[in-house]
Amino acid sequence: MVRFILRRLLQMVLAFFGTTLIVYALMFAGQGDPIQALAGERPVTDAQRAYLTEKFHLDRTGIDGFFYRYFDYIRNLLQGDLGESLTGRQIGDILAAAWPVTIKLALIAMTVTVLVGVTAGVLAGIRRASIFDNSTLLLTLVVLAVPTIVLAPIAQYFLGVRWQLFPPTAGADPDFYALLLPGIVLGSLSLATALRLTRTSVAENLRADYVRTARSKGLVKRRIVGIHVLRNSLIPVVTFLGVELGNLMGGAIITEGVFNIPGVGFNLFRAIRTEDGPLVVGIVSVLVVVYLIANLVVDVLYAVLDPRIRYE
Amino acid sequence: MRGNRPTRGSERKADTVSQSAVQPTPASPTPEGGHLLEVRDLHVEFRTGEGVAKVINGVSYHLDAGETLAVLGESGSGKSVTAQAIMGILDTPPAMIRSGQIRYQGRDLLTQSEEQRRQVRGTEIAMIFQDALSALNPTFPVGWQIGETLRQRAGMSRGDARRRAIELMELVKIPAAASRLGDYPHQFSGGMRQRVMIAMALALNPKVLIADEPTTALDVTVQAQIMDLLADLRRDLRMAMILITHDLGVVAGVADRIAVMYAGRIVEHADVRSLYRSPAHPYTKGLLESIPRLDFHGQQLSTIRGLPPNLMRIPSGCPFHPRCPYVQQVCVDVVPHDLVLGDGRTSACHFAQEVRDDRAR
Repeated sequence: MVRFILRRLLQMVLAFFGTTLIVYALMFAGQGDPIQALAGERPVTDAQRAYLTEKFHLDRTGIDGFFYRYFDYIRNLLQGDLGESLTGRQIGDILAAAWPVTIKLALIAMTVTVLVGVTAGVLAGIRRASIFDNSTLLLTLVVLAVPTIVLAPIAQYFLGVRWQLFPPTAGADPDFYALLLPGIVLGSLSLATALRLTRTSVAENLRADYVRTARSKGLVKRRIVGIHVLRNSLIPVVTFLGVELGNLMGGAIITEGVFNIPGVGFNLFRAIRTEDGPLVVGIVSVLVVVYLIANLVVDVLYAVLDPRIRYE
Repeated sequence: MRGNRPTRGSERKADTVSQSAVQPTPASPTPEGGHLLEVRDLHVEFRTGEGVAKVINGVSYHLDAGETLAVLGESGSGKSVTAQAIMGILDTPPAMIRSGQIRYQGRDLLTQSEEQRRQVRGTEIAMIFQDALSALNPTFPVGWQIGETLRQRAGMSRGDARRRAIELMELVKIPAAASRLGDYPHQFSGGMRQRVMIAMALALNPKVLIADEPTTALDVTVQAQIMDLLADLRRDLRMAMILITHDLGVVAGVADRIAVMYAGRIVEHADVRSLYRSPAHPYTKGLLESIPRLDFHGQQLSTIRGLPPNLMRIPSGCPFHPRCPYVQQVCVDVVPHDLVLGDGRTSACHFAQEVRDDRAR
């Protein structure tokens, strides 16, 4: 197990360099004149141009110059310096402000997913082909079919504006209540998937041979379902939830955009729109690390839940 | 019941024929309440999207304390379904018990509540299954799974259950039992896994053990070990055993009586020696002839032609008639009753005597 984790950590290093390199290349390859892009509409004097060219090592050209700048960036990154955005703010500061909001949002969404999705999935799996099963099937299909970009504004309009049950937008430094509706909207998609997955898994496991054995041992039904079936059914569900938590931690561009939540996704979207290269690369670099760690945790958890899986 | 079967003799044949030809006698004329376990005229259907499959069509058999009954048949003959009906672990739906009785110690289990039936499972009647790998829960250690029965059903403490689990694993001869308590099913070999299964079934000292093809998934050498173990345990613990199998070779040394099933019916019922010596149903005869024999070196192994019937369209008359070498018009038209052949033998064949006395093998 330790060897597996070490090997995965090594793979993560490779994955980290690979992804940051690609994002770095894509972000700066498209720009014609980075100095003009930095200045925006204003004219750039020769003195300014010379200073900035030296500061960003733009005097080195071609592939050689690109890699020089990339490794310069990585060196700073490893020292904890994410650099400055084009707006002059420290990227580290931007992320420090945005991340707690996104984490709060992700936890709300995850709680909704687990409480509603997994519970309803277990019930639907036990009572297959019942009214409850069929109505949840229909509901989840609707939720899965409607994109967030439609679902979020509808929820915002009806629940936030029309009936005023929730604040329609979050704004700066939002509290738990302001994040509740966006959290539910964000969680509804993974909720639907978690429900379908749990239902199928429970239904399959109920037909498994070991259930027949448990019954022939004379165990009560509650115990057979609650201990034997659940333990086995939740293996794929936990895997899904782990990956999903990694996704949610990366911020939700659409949901944060619609509800005006100053989280990671919101900042990433703004950075892409304003062609703020350093900020995009900075955020994505950190997201890559978060995502890789989430996946490692899922793999380890998988082995803990299912003794048949041993990474050696 | 066994031992004094007549050797094949024409004088004996004559009076049995005259008796049974006049009036076919229904099966198992048994004294009331005399048997430990008795299945009476059981009918089970499976309802699927494609139609109704008549899986069990009037099965009757009984088991006395301390004896071993082998139930023999091809896959789909209904032998496992009957056993699951006895245990009360049939999935209903799709299965549906249409009629019949399953009497244990004189009480009809089919009229009891689910809670009453649950109490019977494990303590009175226990069951082991064919594939121990899938029959054991893959996510719990075997010691935990054996102990669970003790904790949940016998109210034992964790420590007591653990100690008793080790004893049970030693009883089924698992080496270094104490150190294997925490291992998971996939860490055991096939034979050891089946031993774990047996230990679990024995946890509550059942009076009846149903073994559903306990050796089918195992290597031949391991099969013999498991059969020996089962036979020893049955004797030492004074259990009765129903041994379900499709392998006539497995049965010979272990069983007292054999019930042969075909298409959801018992087609022949006899003590082991009589059945091997002179099968009285063409199906049993076919099964015996399809066993490879050392002394038949160089000859083509005979097989039963055709396939088992589709249980949604069971053939008219005798369900075996499309595959039967003895087939006559009466077999197509009339469902044969169980003919009593003496010494507790029955055969559901219109030509039972002819088949029994036809020694041309």
